[in-house]
Amino acid sequence: MSETQYELNVGLEVHVELATASKMFCRCKTKFGDPPNTNVCPVCMGLPGALPVANEEAVRLGVMAALALNCRVNLSSRFDRKNYFYPDLPKAYQISQFEEPLAVSGYVELASGKRIRIRRLHLEEDAGKSMHAGDDITTASYSLLDYNRSGVPLAEIVSEPDISSPEEAREYLEKMQRTLRFAGVSDVKMEEGSMRVDCNVSVRRKGEAQMGVPVELKNLSSFRAVTRALAYEYDRQSRLIEQGKRIARETRHWDEDKGVTVSLRAKESSQDYRYFPDPDLPRLELDEAFIESVQRAMPRLPNQVVDFYVNVLGLPKYDAEVLTVDPNLVKFFDRCVELGGEPKPVSNWLMGDIMAYMNAKGLSYDTIPVTPENLVAMLGLIKDGVISGKIAKDVLIKMFETGKAPGDIVKEEGLEQVSDDASLSVIVDSVIAANPEVVAQFKAGKDKVLGFLVGQVMKASKGRANPAKVNIMLREKILS
Amino acid sequence: MEIWELGAKNIREQVLRKEISAQEVLDSFLARTAEVEPKIHAYIELIEPQARLDAARVDALIMRGEDPGPLAGLPVALKDNLNLKGVQCTCASRILEGYISPYDATAVKKLRKAGAVFTGKTNCDEFAMGSSTENSAFGVTRNPWDLQRVPGGSSGGSAAAVAAGMAPLSLGSDTGGSIRQPASFTGVCGLKPTYGRVSRYGLVAFGSSLDQIGPFGNSVWDCALALEAIAGEDPRDGTTSKRPVPRYTEGLKRPVKGLVAGVPREMMELVTDPGVRREFERALKIISDLGVTVVETSLPTTEYCLDVYYIIAPSEASSNLARFDGVRYGRRAKARDLDEMYYETRGQGFGIEVQRRIMLGTFALSAGYYDAYYLRAARIRTLVRRDFDKAFAAHDVLLSPTAPMVAFKIGERVDDPLAMYAADVLTVPVNLAGIPALSVPCGFSRPDESGPELPCGLQIMGKPYDEETVLALGYAFEEACSDWFVPKTAAMRKSLSSQEECEVVVRDTI
Repeated sequence: MSETQYELNVGLEVHVELATASKMFCRCKTKFGDPPNTNVCPVCMGLPGALPVANEEAVRLGVMAALALNCRVNLSSRFDRKNYFYPDLPKAYQISQFEEPLAVSGYVELASGKRIRIRRLHLEEDAGKSMHAGDDITTASYSLLDYNRSGVPLAEIVSEPDISSPEEAREYLEKMQRTLRFAGVSDVKMEEGSMRVDCNVSVRRKGEAQMGVPVELKNLSSFRAVTRALAYEYDRQSRLIEQGKRIARETRHWDEDKGVTVSLRAKESSQDYRYFPDPDLPRLELDEAFIESVQRAMPRLPNQVVDFYVNVLGLPKYDAEVLTVDPNLVKFFDRCVELGGEPKPVSNWLMGDIMAYMNAKGLSYDTIPVTPENLVAMLGLIKDGVISGKIAKDVLIKMFETGKAPGDIVKEEGLEQVSDDASLSVIVDSVIAANPEVVAQFKAGKDKVLGFLVGQVMKASKGRANPAKVNIMLREKILS
Repeated sequence: MEIWELGAKNIREQVLRKEISAQEVLDSFLARTAEVEPKIHAYIELIEPQARLDAARVDALIMRGEDPGPLAGLPVALKDNLNLKGVQCTCASRILEGYISPYDATAVKKLRKAGAVFTGKTNCDEFAMGSSTENSAFGVTRNPWDLQRVPGGSSGGSAAAVAAGMAPLSLGSDTGGSIRQPASFTGVCGLKPTYGRVSRYGLVAFGSSLDQIGPFGNSVWDCALALEAIAGEDPRDGTTSKRPVPRYTEGLKRPVKGLVAGVPREMMELVTDPGVRREFERALKIISDLGVTVVETSLPTTEYCLDVYYIIAPSEASSNLARFDGVRYGRRAKARDLDEMYYETRGQGFGIEVQRRIMLGTFALSAGYYDAYYLRAARIRTLVRRDFDKAFAAHDVLLSPTAPMVAFKIGERVDDPLAMYAADVLTVPVNLAGIPALSVPCGFSRPDESGPELPCGLQIMGKPYDEETVLALGYAFEEACSDWFVPKTAAMRKSLSSQEECEVVVRDTI
């Protein structure tokens, strides 16, 4: 079977929790990880008589997200009720936007220049969380419910089926995650559930006009799960087509451990949600001035930052992409440059030793273990020849651990580079005296061995000798 | 004269002048209640201990020279679909039996702040679905004018409590006539405010785009006082209006001379009781004598209103009542699995009329039927609104009988839903349009030659947020007929004392 005969078409539905302090339709806290059922009230518990009122901050963040993703914001949109029974859905309907979403027609641009179109972005409320004493609610002996999440504001972002490989799906998600994080609209953390992804996958023979039968994939809890599940489905569906078999319109569950998808339920008997306009909520009417004010308040987005770093600061594209992985990192970098740090050395240290240390310690970007002021000061010490790059690595670790300024560390530990001729001369002389054979080799024209001698001097000076100076002094002393 | 016979206006004035205490007022109404409640069954629950505390609190304020609020210790009965913190809120349904509300409805909170003393929760049709208060899981409420007859519905308990002298004021809710029609059947005043005038927060929703809380009182003045206390914008209800709340009691004496009142001929065609028609025509004569120009007008969409209402209200109800699933509160049936738990809980917990409307609404919203039913009904509703807009361009108010008939006998219509629905045919258009309307007693009809006279009501409909004109005309009309209406009510109340106690009848379909 030649898989290249087949084309993959993927559309993604991404839910992101909007970073508001309170819920979508009540004033309860949205905090993650509080004890169960502590952030609840009559509204988000669906008590008889309670009414929803739309959270203006959620609307603002929704508009911000829409603009960041190049969507057109509808000045008038509407909330609808999506009716279905499930214990974690307190009102037995979810307030969402069905007929008239907040925004439409956006896109995410991939590195290749290909645009993945966004069909719509709408606001809705989250459900609570069920915990089953067993595999699922049908077999569990009992289930526990936590309504802390009930009513947390969500933006649902639906793409067109423009994605044609697992890698594109990953890039689309990473770009979107980065963009929304920079726009400050969401934490977008897959592991905490503040970003959730469902896939609609279909496969067809290349050149075929009709789209394949869409299969919905659930339980994708990481970007890796998305790419693996898509690769698996592409394989499974093309094999079925090859064998002349029918692809069932269904929802499939990704089994992370086994690395396979399994059928969850048929879509043929698709649920009727009986959507209708929610009479409790007036239409969501926005004006141009509001949209403009949101646009004006928009933080710089990753692609703008990359452009700036490459074209103005002269960073390599690679550096620019790595630095824009997180807004805190960008803020840190920008501050360093503002303080007079040279862009490329700052970038090198950030991407190198600092990130390595943070990875090892499991630190997130909002807790970078050094201040921009201290990092720039350290770069200054290197530039001024006070310490070598090698010593600087040790100084940096001390900075992480103590929070002290590099100058203080260097002074306290006596790490200044030895550059004065008198001190160096003593060490160089002793090294020449201790290595007569090597010196002879050098004299005989074996230039390479000088490195060994330099190394000996560095060793004797505990790394503090200025290597450039040592080099010159050795040559002078041996050859004169 | 006993305190309970004085009327809200006099009582509060005497309390404010410290001639009587709020506790004495409460005692008088509780004594009256003990006497007549066994005959009427207006209440699902009386909350005497809390009421006594409330009254004592009001007295303490007055003693300290502080303002107790405009209601100054007036007892108020609440329909049992309004949340009162710490008290059962059943909506007359088995599914919520024993459910204690953890919060106050906004209207309740405002009344409390205004100095009201809550006496208890009144009976109604289950989830406000009905026109006779027979659809209650806790038994039928009887009409004080004839204990064999219904008080109307769905707010029948609140209406009967005021009519029988058990409370000077009460609150009901009106989705298709549930305040005005029982007001008409029991000979009291009942006001449905403009949609958006009173917060619905804490009113257990039936038809969210139609529901509105409103007062019952013995007079238009009493209703104006209560409306003043409960109206206004609520940050918890996005459908409330920001408009300032007028001092309705002060606007009652504004002149009505020169107003133009329209009588929609399509509404008149729906009046089935000749006595009701006769009394309404007499009322028109009185109104015209007040200097109001009374003319015939037209609301062509009237004939579609009942149909449209019985699509929209059940559709919204099917969604609103879905939360009663046995998961978090209220009744939960024993079952083997989740689906069975849902079926059994809802099957056992809801009465037949509620189940009928849930099914109707679910059907109307279903894929493939939505356009033909819900959407079409919503469009016709827009036409109904336009009809009213047009009529109000030429008239200050519109007039009709409140109901096409007087109170019917218990059991007479319960097995014929369409006959029951017809009781709302003159009130439903008002809810579809979202306008305010007042029912004020306008006369008596005697459907049975041998039976007692039964009150009928005049419905005064106004422009959106023009409760002032509606109340002013109601007030002027009431003044003009008080000399013959008030004594009849007093006689009815007196005769009530000598009646036998009545058994509580619970329908087997509930």
